[in-house]
Amino acid sequence: MMDFQVVVLAGGTAKKLAPLVSKEVPKALLPVANRPVLSYVLELLESSNLKDLIVVVEGEDAALRVGGWISGAYVDRLHVEVAAVPEDVGTAGALRAVAHHLTANDVLIVSGDLVSDVPPGAVAATHRRHGAVVTTLLCYAPVSGPSDTGSSAGKDKVKKSRYNIVGLDPTRQLLLHIAAGAEVEKDIRVQKNILRAVGQLEIRADLMDAHMYAFKRTVLQDVLDQKDTFHSIRQDVLPYLVRTQLRSEISANGLHKVEDNANGRVSSQNYVTWMSQHREIAPSAYQELLALSPRSPENALRTHKCCAYIASKSKYCARLNSIQAFSDINRDVVGEASHLSGYSFSSQNNIIHPSAELGSKTTVGPQCMLAEGSQMGDKCSVKRSIIGRHCRIGSNVKIVNSVVMNHVTIEDGCLVQGSVICSNVHLQERVVLKDCQIGAGYVVTSGSEYKSEPLARK
Amino acid sequence: MAQKKGHRSLSSDDPEELARVPLQAVLLADSFATKFRPITLERPKVLLPLVNAPMIDYTLAWLESVGVEEAFVFCCAHSQQVKDYLNKSQWMKQPGTFTVQPIESHDSISAGDALRVIYNLGVICGDFVLVSGDTISNMSLKEALQEHKERRKKDPLAVMTMVIKHSKPSSLTHQTRLGNDEILMAIDPDTKELLYYEDKTDQSQRFITLDKMLLASTPTLHLHNDKQDCYIDICSPEVLSLFTDNFDYQHLRRHFVKGLLVDDLMGYKIFTHEIHSSYAARIDNFRSYDTISKDIIQRWTYPMVPDVQYFGNCSQMKLDRLGIYKAPEVDQSRTAQIRAFSLIGNGTAIGDHSVISNSVIGQSCTIGRNVSIQGSYIWDNVIIEDDCKLSHALVCDGVHLRAGVVLEPGVILSFKVEVGQKIVIPAYSKVSLLPQPSKQDSDEELEYADANSGVVESPSITSIANTRNVDPVPDSPDAEHSDTSEVGISGVGYIWSTTEGGHEEEWRHSIAPIPAEKLMEFCLSAHTDLGVSNQDVNSLPASGELQLDSESTGFDDGEDYKDSADFEKEVEATFQRVLAGVNPENVILEINSLRLSYDMSHADCAGSLFYSIMKSALSAPFSSNLSFGNLI
Repeated sequence: MMDFQVVVLAGGTAKKLAPLVSKEVPKALLPVANRPVLSYVLELLESSNLKDLIVVVEGEDAALRVGGWISGAYVDRLHVEVAAVPEDVGTAGALRAVAHHLTANDVLIVSGDLVSDVPPGAVAATHRRHGAVVTTLLCYAPVSGPSDTGSSAGKDKVKKSRYNIVGLDPTRQLLLHIAAGAEVEKDIRVQKNILRAVGQLEIRADLMDAHMYAFKRTVLQDVLDQKDTFHSIRQDVLPYLVRTQLRSEISANGLHKVEDNANGRVSSQNYVTWMSQHREIAPSAYQELLALSPRSPENALRTHKCCAYIASKSKYCARLNSIQAFSDINRDVVGEASHLSGYSFSSQNNIIHPSAELGSKTTVGPQCMLAEGSQMGDKCSVKRSIIGRHCRIGSNVKIVNSVVMNHVTIEDGCLVQGSVICSNVHLQERVVLKDCQIGAGYVVTSGSEYKSEPLARK
Repeated sequence: MAQKKGHRSLSSDDPEELARVPLQAVLLADSFATKFRPITLERPKVLLPLVNAPMIDYTLAWLESVGVEEAFVFCCAHSQQVKDYLNKSQWMKQPGTFTVQPIESHDSISAGDALRVIYNLGVICGDFVLVSGDTISNMSLKEALQEHKERRKKDPLAVMTMVIKHSKPSSLTHQTRLGNDEILMAIDPDTKELLYYEDKTDQSQRFITLDKMLLASTPTLHLHNDKQDCYIDICSPEVLSLFTDNFDYQHLRRHFVKGLLVDDLMGYKIFTHEIHSSYAARIDNFRSYDTISKDIIQRWTYPMVPDVQYFGNCSQMKLDRLGIYKAPEVDQSRTAQIRAFSLIGNGTAIGDHSVISNSVIGQSCTIGRNVSIQGSYIWDNVIIEDDCKLSHALVCDGVHLRAGVVLEPGVILSFKVEVGQKIVIPAYSKVSLLPQPSKQDSDEELEYADANSGVVESPSITSIANTRNVDPVPDSPDAEHSDTSEVGISGVGYIWSTTEGGHEEEWRHSIAPIPAEKLMEFCLSAHTDLGVSNQDVNSLPASGELQLDSESTGFDDGEDYKDSADFEKEVEATFQRVLAGVNPENVILEINSLRLSYDMSHADCAGSLFYSIMKSALSAPFSSNLSFGNLI
């Protein structure tokens, strides 16, 4: 479509997500409503008819697993190349590694952990319409739902909810300032020359860079080549391009077309209107200056254009890049953003696979999911939770606000709240877990209680 | 504050009761600046004619039109003149709801002092409009007042509403068409609260730094450099008490507004009201005098235009085609031409073949033959003899230009100056009968019109008047300016040296258009600037990317980067001295102290030392056998 190539950065085994991820389950394969998170991106791209993909995975093992899964699941739907890159090369490094595969005019780069219903086609179209060197998808920073973990976290959350500081022009199409990472917590420093060029700049803290970018390929490759210290697209490449947009230093070949774009016009237009103010009072100067005006290539104030596509508030957009996000997204996908899951919900607003077995007096509330082959004993209660395949759950078990992956055994009398339980975990009798993450294959001995702890096999 | 409370307690909180507080205004009839010198040495700025009516009349007429009932005119410099004028004017006489009361003070040196005086008088009892006497506007205050009042009801800390207007500064000279410097403002788009205000921007600063806390309460803010401050403020009585509490507040914007914005302890808030279609501007300098005069002639300020009698201004002006205003009794030669956008005052005579364009000519002037007047402002009773050429000049009352005088752009001739035959007054000169005050007066701190000069001035006028037509003025203080030959034989006046305020900046605030060369210069520098800034940018990302791991570097990376380069150079130079034979012990000490003073780590130090060693090893192989190992 439209001569776009798509690169999906699927990550590797992010340490941030330990103990949820492991060698067996790289980040891309973490389940969201019982299917790998990567499938959400792939299907989103497919829906925009973007079917030629390069999926970049950190680490050979992880790449093999991801590749295996993709070829199984999407064999005749998508044309996917999986590329393995060393770990910790960063997103910029990952792109460097696959740069030689890129041939199209524009490249769409999507993070593999994105769960969203914003059409990538809209980002690509904005990019094309403005002739931008980069267009980024901005979405409203999630106001994470009222978690039952208590109000003490409330204050932290207010602080946390700031992901980026973004500067936009009055039409909200040009991206004029962006602060990412550690800069976000610092004072805002806006370049005066950019402000002067637009006159008015809107600074917002409620938007988040969703890590979906359309890049002009030549520019991207140039930047990656020239700036070998750049590590991350979000924190290095994008801010760099935004920062230098009024005095582009990217080699001209990539930019000849861009020069005449509207942003170029913004500054030169201002310039001309300003000049015309002086036309009456100093006509000679006006003529001379016009002759000097930045049209000739040597004198050109070379500019490039950075754009933003702001997803409307009703769209869902989240990245699975923390344990909190993992829980939130799982909850949302069977809850308020249920259209993303691709499942059809029952009249009780939940999904119980026909092959699942429920004991007597066991209730599964709305916004829950119980996958195939799972069994539950008597008098259990499941609220706002997801339970994977082939789990065996005893009697008198309460599961609230939790994610239980596949092949988990939970014995009688357990209480699981706000927790994530990975595959093959065994909870013995009367275990109480609150806000815990249990790594794959772990055995929790009977009667133990844990609160806010990650547990994993050594 | 106290008296406000008293008032409130009397009137209870009934809104209708509150509404009965008469709308008051404080008009500062002193700019507390010296931008209109030398003219303001003899006459206060507010009485200077703007399209043939004193500025203060425009302001008072506007105040009356917006429903102000009581206006307090604060006079300081030349207070007597202002008071005399008001007494004679119709403002004091007219019956009706609008009363004007002069307040006199002699020791106020700033707007802050003025407001403190007014506070002490205790005359303000409610929200008031604060303007200076050089404000021209036709805006309606209704909406702004309403907004202000409603905000006050909800939030008593909202003490001030500032009126702003769209005006994009030039991207080259960074000044607006009024000649003001660009202003950077941050405004909350929903509440219109002013969050940040910066005038006098430092051009060397590439960045605007906004406190991160600004975004704590609101997710969005708008950063503007395309707004102009109209210097019309709606203030609550607290503003006065704030000035009294903070006795160091002098300037309304630089101290008061910034002080409130910075101070988050008290939490006072300032809001903005943007006007779109109406006119509001303040005459701050000669360029704004020029711009606003043109706006008046071109009727942007309607109804405050010369042919409408909104105050007892002048005799009936008649508007012809092309924006030419003529008083009824103009003695114009048949061959004289008056071109577009000009105004000719009553009783003025214009000789043969003279051409007047884009200019304002006052009353009872005599203009000879073949005179060319372009873009100039000529006040009353001016005599211009034959063959003079004036372009973009300001000529005050009673000036006499003898035949063949040429005034280059930007010339200011103060009252009663006489210029001898065929003299060319160079561009941007300011000529006055009064000698330039000695240098210490022009100190930044004393930028306001000092009351003293007003006192001293009258004797000096007479003394010079006595010596009129004597070739060299005898009592001149400064040899440089002593020779009146500068203004010609039989000329009278001193040419002020332009060092005051910096010659550099003279063109910015002058009546004359910005010269072509200047624009070229800016244009070119914008390009060369490009090269420089590119380097800047190069250095930024290089370290900018490190931000994650090194918190401390943060935004000053650019500097740090430079620092480390400096450091390397220093180390290298120091190291070279070992090779030159200095005791290595001393050099170790020096390098260590260098490291401390640049705040570098051991690794940095070792790195740059290693670099120096390698460099010297490469440049001078086998030349020395010193052991460097012990250096580190």
